[in-house]
Amino acid sequence: MLLGYEAVQSVAFRNSLFELTYKLGLENKAYMPSSQLSFDYPSSETLRVKLSGEWQISVGLPSDNECLSQLSSNKEITEVTFEPSGLNKWDSGLLSFLLRLIKECGKRNIRVNRQSLPEGIERLLILALREHKVSVPQEAPIAIPLLERAGDKVLQIQAGFVSLFNFLGDIAVAFSRFLSGKAYFRGDDFRAIVQRCGADALGLVSLISVLVGIILAFVGTIQLQLFGAQIFIADIVGIAMVRVMGAVMTGIIMSGRTGASFAAELGLMQANEEIDAFKTLGISPVEFLVMPRVLALMIMMPFLTLYADFMGILGGFFVSTVFLGLNPVEYLQHTQSAVRLSNLWIGLAHSFVFGIIIGIAGCLRGMQCARSAEAVGEAATSAVVTAITSIVVATALITFVCQVLGV
Amino acid sequence: METISKPVIQVRDLGLSYDDYAVMRGLNFSVNKNEIFVVMGGSGCGKSTLLKALIGLKSPVEGEVLYEGVSFWQQDEDKQQGIMRRLGILYQGGALWSSLTLGENVALPLELYAKLSPPQVREVVELKLSLVGLSGYADFYPAQISGGMRKRAALARAIALDPDFIFFDEPSSGLDPLSARSLDELILQLKDTLRAAIIVVTHELASIFTIGDNSVLLDADSKSMIAIGNPRDLLNTSSDPRVIQFLTRGEKTSLPRLPTGSQGGQGAAR
Repeated sequence: MLLGYEAVQSVAFRNSLFELTYKLGLENKAYMPSSQLSFDYPSSETLRVKLSGEWQISVGLPSDNECLSQLSSNKEITEVTFEPSGLNKWDSGLLSFLLRLIKECGKRNIRVNRQSLPEGIERLLILALREHKVSVPQEAPIAIPLLERAGDKVLQIQAGFVSLFNFLGDIAVAFSRFLSGKAYFRGDDFRAIVQRCGADALGLVSLISVLVGIILAFVGTIQLQLFGAQIFIADIVGIAMVRVMGAVMTGIIMSGRTGASFAAELGLMQANEEIDAFKTLGISPVEFLVMPRVLALMIMMPFLTLYADFMGILGGFFVSTVFLGLNPVEYLQHTQSAVRLSNLWIGLAHSFVFGIIIGIAGCLRGMQCARSAEAVGEAATSAVVTAITSIVVATALITFVCQVLGV
Repeated sequence: METISKPVIQVRDLGLSYDDYAVMRGLNFSVNKNEIFVVMGGSGCGKSTLLKALIGLKSPVEGEVLYEGVSFWQQDEDKQQGIMRRLGILYQGGALWSSLTLGENVALPLELYAKLSPPQVREVVELKLSLVGLSGYADFYPAQISGGMRKRAALARAIALDPDFIFFDEPSSGLDPLSARSLDELILQLKDTLRAAIIVVTHELASIFTIGDNSVLLDADSKSMIAIGNPRDLLNTSSDPRVIQFLTRGEKTSLPRLPTGSQGGQGAAR
């Protein structure tokens, strides 16, 4: 009884000592697995592989290098057999070892006698060693020449432009049908989209616009206070917000918010074959899905921009009166005299164009979406990138035209 | 005197491809009115691509598809739309419009093409939903019902305009055996009720033998059809090991010849 207790104590002590040395890195050798691999030669031509202990991935596996070196060093070996009598537990670890051994033997024309292996292992080995017919649709070229790659890229860009112009053509047809009262779309859907593009975006537009107004006021102060001309902050904030910043910031917000949402929504409909269902029913998806979205943005973007202008001016007003000590009435009078009606029209023109850009970019990427979850994500990302890039380009163009026209 | 039914859908020397990669070529078969025609074959053999060519979503690279003698792909867009309005399609995932209720899904094609007043549309919607066993579900959204019910609702939409040609893309996929069986029975009932030409794309053997009057077996390796005929006849008469393998789930490559008790035409391995 005492002996039994001592034995248990001894094993427990050894285990805890081993754990301690292992954790502290005092043990130089790697963790010793309980599985064991040894060899002997019943005859000069036969290698017997002795498997014992627990061959499990969770407790570690012995290196198979020694076994393979036996095969390499002894050229007389023509057969490999197994002695699994000491084998306790096994899993994929043992199978992967056996599979590698069988393949190595195959390369050296050495026969593997698997008769002594447990039945379960043998069944799994048969399954793993089945030859699978792999059908390759096309031979993949090893290396595509630079010129060919460049050509492919040009063709891809061309196809992209063709697809864009086709889409723009479809939208033009849908709008012409809308103007002639023939377009088919659901009023309820349109109203819901208008709400999403308008009222639902007010919170975010408020926050960003107020902050932009505050930033403009602070940045303007740095230079203007050198001349004691802080009151001109009202002019800077007012003109910048109304003429361009209100529209640009609203455009960027709506690209990320609504453009991405349109792309994901239509992309998912594409993946779920809902777009195909429209086509086969003879309903134009552009008319039913795209046109209401673009129209909603065209209508709501100018209103959102007006609101953003107001909130931006409010932000500048707050900084100027609270932090810089400017007279509130004077600030408002300056804003009123500085911001001309032409600035407002230019800002609204920007927003109208941005509405079209965001709507088209979002819907185009959604309609081009492939049929997978990954593609839906890519469509949303691509819609935002396309919309923001196009907004910046459009801003530059409109600014240039205004400069040339002297407005 | 036996009446010989005239084929209402004919596929002649049809070839399909994705860019430069040929999917299928040399397809020839015809479908009669009041017949269930099964397009069968292993995964990736081109069944769904063939379906797209039949329903006007993918143009073939060669050959033609004729609806009542009119070549679909040689018509202008307006005439193609006219033919497409006579098709009812049950997509693999149902493809119900997720933002609309089941009733609105079924009503949309009716509002667009049928000359009915709103109360009449509602009555027809209720009828179609009852036909597929979904009476009372008109106000539910697709996300609120089970997969089997979504398939049924999609079928109600597919038959909204009483189509002359109905297509089913893998109707049993994603359904439990009982729901799949009940959908098969529904397809058989619709065949008797609507007297339409029905094409079913599937690889479910139970469905194939339950509903198929006629069938074609597509083969991915040869990129062509390898057998045409009644599925049971094919099982009994075909000497092609690929056909036997497919129809016995790979359990056999040849079968002893048995006297046939077919319902449809003669099977023929190609």
